[in-house]
Amino acid sequence: MSTRGGIAAATGTEALTTELPVGRSTGWWGMVMFVATEATLFACLLGSYFYLRFQHGGSWPPGDISKPKLLVPLVMTGVLLPSSLPVVWAEHGIRKGQRWRLRAGLAATLVMGATFLILQASEYADKLREFTITTNAYGSLFFVITGFHGLHVLVGLTMISWLLAASLRGGSFGAHRHDRVRNAAIYWHFVDVVWAAILFTIYLSPRL
Amino acid sequence: MSTTAAPAPGASRQDLTLLEEHWGERPSLRSWFSTVDHKRIGRRYLVTAGLFFFLAGVSALTMRTQLARPESRLLSPQEYNQLFTMHGTAMIFLFATPMLFGFGNFLVPLMIGSRDMAFPKLNAFGYWVFLLAGLFMWVSLPFGAAPNAGWFAYVPLTERVNTPGLHLDVYSLGLLFLGIATTAASINFIVTALKLRAPGMSLNRVPLFVWAIVATAFMVIFALPALNLDNAMLFLDRRFGTHFFDPGAAGNVLLWQHLFWIFGHPDVYIIVMPALGIVSAVLPAFTRRGVVGYPLIVLAIVTIAIISFGVWVHHMFATGLPRLSYSFFSAASSIITIPSGIQIFAWLATMALGRLVLKVPLLYLIGFIVTFVLGGFTGAMFALTAFDQQVTDSYFVVAHFHYVLIGGAVFPMLAGIYYWLPKITGRMYHEGLGRWAFWLVFAGMHVTFFPMHLYGLFGMPRRVYTYRSEPGWDAWNLVSTIGSYLLAIGLLLVLIGVVHAIRRGRPAPPDPWGGDSLEWSTESPPKPYNFPVLPEVHSLHPTWDEPSRESMGAGATEDRILAEGRRTLFTSELDGRRERVVEMPEASLQPLVLALALLVFFTTMLFAWYPVAIAAVVVVAATIGVWLWPPRRPERELGVST
Amino acid sequence: MPVDTRRDVTTRSRSELWRRRLLPVVLLGGGLALAGCSGGAPSALNPAGSGAGRVANLWWLLFWISIAVFVEVMAVLAWALLFRRRRDARVRHGQPLRFVTIAGAGIPLVILVTVYAIGLRDLAALGDGPDPGAPTIEVTGHKWWWEVRVQGGAGATANELHIPVGEKVRVRLRTADVLHSFWVPQLMPKTDLIAGEVRETWLHADRAGSYRGQCAEYCGTQHAHMAFLVVAEPRQDFDAWVARLAAPAAAPQTDAQRRGQAAFVQGSCAGCHTIRGTGANGRIGPDLSDVGSRWSIGAGAVPNDGGHLGGWIANPQTVKPGNYMPPQPVDPGQLPDLIAYLRSLK
Ligand code: HEA
Ligand code: HEA
Ligand code: HEC
Ligand code: CUA
Ligand SMILES: [Cu+2]
Repeated sequence: MSTRGGIAAATGTEALTTELPVGRSTGWWGMVMFVATEATLFACLLGSYFYLRFQHGGSWPPGDISKPKLLVPLVMTGVLLPSSLPVVWAEHGIRKGQRWRLRAGLAATLVMGATFLILQASEYADKLREFTITTNAYGSLFFVITGFHGLHVLVGLTMISWLLAASLRGGSFGAHRHDRVRNAAIYWHFVDVVWAAILFTIYLSPRL
Repeated sequence: MSTTAAPAPGASRQDLTLLEEHWGERPSLRSWFSTVDHKRIGRRYLVTAGLFFFLAGVSALTMRTQLARPESRLLSPQEYNQLFTMHGTAMIFLFATPMLFGFGNFLVPLMIGSRDMAFPKLNAFGYWVFLLAGLFMWVSLPFGAAPNAGWFAYVPLTERVNTPGLHLDVYSLGLLFLGIATTAASINFIVTALKLRAPGMSLNRVPLFVWAIVATAFMVIFALPALNLDNAMLFLDRRFGTHFFDPGAAGNVLLWQHLFWIFGHPDVYIIVMPALGIVSAVLPAFTRRGVVGYPLIVLAIVTIAIISFGVWVHHMFATGLPRLSYSFFSAASSIITIPSGIQIFAWLATMALGRLVLKVPLLYLIGFIVTFVLGGFTGAMFALTAFDQQVTDSYFVVAHFHYVLIGGAVFPMLAGIYYWLPKITGRMYHEGLGRWAFWLVFAGMHVTFFPMHLYGLFGMPRRVYTYRSEPGWDAWNLVSTIGSYLLAIGLLLVLIGVVHAIRRGRPAPPDPWGGDSLEWSTESPPKPYNFPVLPEVHSLHPTWDEPSRESMGAGATEDRILAEGRRTLFTSELDGRRERVVEMPEASLQPLVLALALLVFFTTMLFAWYPVAIAAVVVVAATIGVWLWPPRRPERELGVST
Repeated sequence: MPVDTRRDVTTRSRSELWRRRLLPVVLLGGGLALAGCSGGAPSALNPAGSGAGRVANLWWLLFWISIAVFVEVMAVLAWALLFRRRRDARVRHGQPLRFVTIAGAGIPLVILVTVYAIGLRDLAALGDGPDPGAPTIEVTGHKWWWEVRVQGGAGATANELHIPVGEKVRVRLRTADVLHSFWVPQLMPKTDLIAGEVRETWLHADRAGSYRGQCAEYCGTQHAHMAFLVVAEPRQDFDAWVARLAAPAAAPQTDAQRRGQAAFVQGSCAGCHTIRGTGANGRIGPDLSDVGSRWSIGAGAVPNDGGHLGGWIANPQTVKPGNYMPPQPVDPGQLPDLIAYLRSLK
């Protein structure tokens, strides 16, 4: 709806000169604030993990659950963390007006993110044989923390596909117009970084 | 009273017509649902929060009627428990914060000299979510399924084994739903205040009210996630059998309390902070000078916002945590009184140096000081763990928080209502009626809540639906009940005053009080575009200062009129340097659609119709996708190298 | 008032009460001083032991400081209202930052540091529990009544616990379900009962008497009726109480009582209640072995007399709506016998 009014104004004489990006955009600030509040949410979630662990006292993980194995999660990390690079590359590309880089970069990220989710599914299949979300608080924490992160990956991937679709449709992004690319990229980097914290909390910390 | 004449039209007739064309809304059903005008949305926030205040207040009157005499049988325990829970929950979540956000919505763009909020559609969306979440919670009451475990819903009472039924699902889902609105509004406030200030409004010229709203918004960003997580875990425990709070399966019941109060304590400042901002905004007009110690007050606001995250354990002083941690949280809770003290004495100094104009808004400010200071003192007493362990969960605490909530938040709101009524409605209120209302509200408040200190000390616990006769309880409870009726009559007079002003009030001039901030340089009520000419700010009190006022007058430069399209200005975050002209979005039904889809999601989650819930999520995602879909533009304009 | 006034030695004479009550009302208007003598109410300002006594002293200190600072604030306010309202009052544009920092930060800081130190001392004193050898009473919170046992003892009672005057007694707190809070305003501030954990507090009374306690953490429907009584008595009486808790319940003496016992043991009651020395071993409801001597029925819901007992057995839900004792299918003919029997259990 904003589009129709937008076109007239955006093609007006002043548009090109006045709307070249100067300073941070409101969208950028909005996304940063959103990521800040989401990051706090993850901090609370991981904080709850440690709280329950240290209040529990006994062995951790509790019950008959064994310490988490590292192979799959490390592979997952190996897939997810580098997936930020194509986004960066894509973003730099579109800043120069190179649409192909945007498309290629987003596509690469999409593949890596999807691989991550598939690996996570296999990890779940493995874990579910040992414990479920209702086994005890550890099971609840494990599945809720990783599941919530997986959900974020899914949202991130939706954003990336959405960008890709918009970009494929033709004239959406360019050297002067790439706010949305930048904002989605911020979100994706965030999803990445959070995984590192989760890897540490869920998989590494029980071995410390 | 008017000190400044109508805003000199720096814009030409033709500009005004253009502005009207781009910003004006023809009244229609569609425009009612699709508007993104921050003033209309702000008004709706005020009215809706007022409605929830009314419902929560009537709940309180019913409770007080039950408590008037010992062993009264007016209400069953089940009814009472739902009423007090809905009273507390609604007052905190559906009245106090939204009411202040309503002021913020209406005023922030006006005070910083902008034409709208940074994200007008998000703003509309936030309002719809607030409205729907509020109704979602209240509708459960007539069905006897309202939340019934107190506003902080401690586990394990709230687990399914102890409280079956929908009660606590309504609570957790309702608050999660509402949280979306609060977060959206907070992000919007921050970005608006950072980017949309008029040129020249560097950080040291930002009105105190805006500072307060921004600090509040930051607190929401960092505090609300704890509550959301808590409620999500509660819902999972109840519905899907997780064990976060189950000590029998490695869970812990105190986890709930920690997370709740990590949110809950900042939340009480989230409520009081914008209200204190109102105090700072109203005072100059009635003391004829600026508030003393602007930098000190800004510092106080920022310190409170930070320290408030380090005191939450003072709500858990009786849970038997280690003494060392109590000593720490006790110290932090004591220290947090200092910035409040600074603000109180800054206002007192302002009054002592200025010339007092004793109109209704100032009366409420005086009522605020008297009441808030008393409530603050009892707060400072609780900060001492030993004392708190004696009075916590007694009526003494109920007295404390009504003193700070009513004295600290409701009185400033009432001051604000009278002060900005001319701006919001374009009409003046009736001074005599306003005075009557004030005295009734003030007396009613103290008659109701002062005795609670007494029977709290006399050993009366809170949250009891009835009590057996004890000397010192019966009579004072009756006094409280009588006081609450007085208070209600006073508030009714406030309401009548508002309605009377809208219906019969004298038309208000643009600046009836000689206020110091930019909203008074607009018409009453402001035009849809707020400012024909975007001001250029030269001081902290732009309407009192000649160059700032002249910047909106004749000879204004074209680049601040921006009549071609819905446009306003971006400036730099710190020093308010002009950056660029931006196009603002137009009215849209998307916010409403998105909010309704979320309502479907939360309702179906409540009733466990999960397939529909998943469908709702798809609608949500699709709506957002369409909402943000980038407009198609020519290659040249995008800057694509081919 | 269900508190058994016969035992309540703290109750003062009526005339003394009035004199003590009226005078301060006149003096302080608000009636705050009334606080000191709220008659038989379980008032924190009428302490009877070292725990509450300390806090009461702390309160009065805080009270007077608050009055002083409040007067300071009101003085400035009054001054402004008196002298700054005239139309010709000249507005001064100074920035008295020194005044603001001294009054708003400096003076409060001094006050806060002082009371913080005193408060810490009192907190330490409250944490200073009894000797390892002191008697220990185990209290378990249930929705909505208190189970009371003496550590090492076999039997239990409900909603009433005894302590020897002048001695510190350890109280160990557990909950069977949700959170509750153990509060005896005249003796000791609160300690919450936390699910999955054990908490400890102590009681000390420096004069004999019965002190009302109450659950202070909201625990659901009948949180209002979850009161208990602490009876502080001479050491030998306390010892007798401990012995009584270990012994079987009194045997029935009259025919009515014998019939009552039979009805109780063979009826539904025994499924939930224990009476020591009989076949009734239920563990859902309170142990009734000494129910005849209790100060109330239903944890403060109604006084303990024949009429109320009959009403309770006939339908506990009208007496204490929502509590966990369902209405019992008692033959009306048996009711007097049941009452007679239960009242004989002292
Ligand atoms: C608007 C809301 C608001 C505000 C502003 C405050 C302000 C304060 N509150 Fe309050 N509080 C609540 C809302 C609020 N509170 C609520 C809702 C609860 C109960 C929740 C529940 O259980 O349901 C609660 C409960 C509560 C508790 C827990 C009580 C208990 O449950 O046992 C404590 C404990 O420390 C506390 C402390 C404080 C302190 C130290 C301040 C300070 O910020 C006060 C500072 C102000 C002043 C002190 C006055 C001005 C200062 C001067 C004039 C200078 C001189 C001052 C001194 C020398 C001290 N509050
Ligand atoms: C902002 C917060 C706020 C406000 C304003 C109030 C206002 C009132 N509160 Fe309450 N209260 C709480 C927050 C608040 N409260 C909280 C958080 C709790 C704790 C809950 C819990 O334990 O979980 C509580 C608990 C609480 C209790 C303790 C219950 C218990 O422990 O058992 C009592 C008892 O008397 C009480 C009474 C009142 C009364 C009589 C008012 C009166 O001031 C109400 C007066 C208002 C009206 C009568 C409405 C009439 C309005 C109009 C006629 C027109 C207005 C409309 C417009 C201006 C548009 N409140
Ligand atoms: C299903 C369980 C159950 C059955 C059956 C039951 N009770 Fe109870 N009873 C309780 C519970 C639970 C309480 C505590 C209620 C409260 O105070 O909240 C109680 C309390 C009482 C009390 C009050 C005790 C006190 O100290 O306050 C009496 C007396 C009593 N029951 C008598 C009886 C008699 C007589 C019968 C049989 C006719 C009976 N009960 C059958 C569960 C039961
Ligand atoms: Cu037990 Cu309240
Ligand atoms: Cu607090």
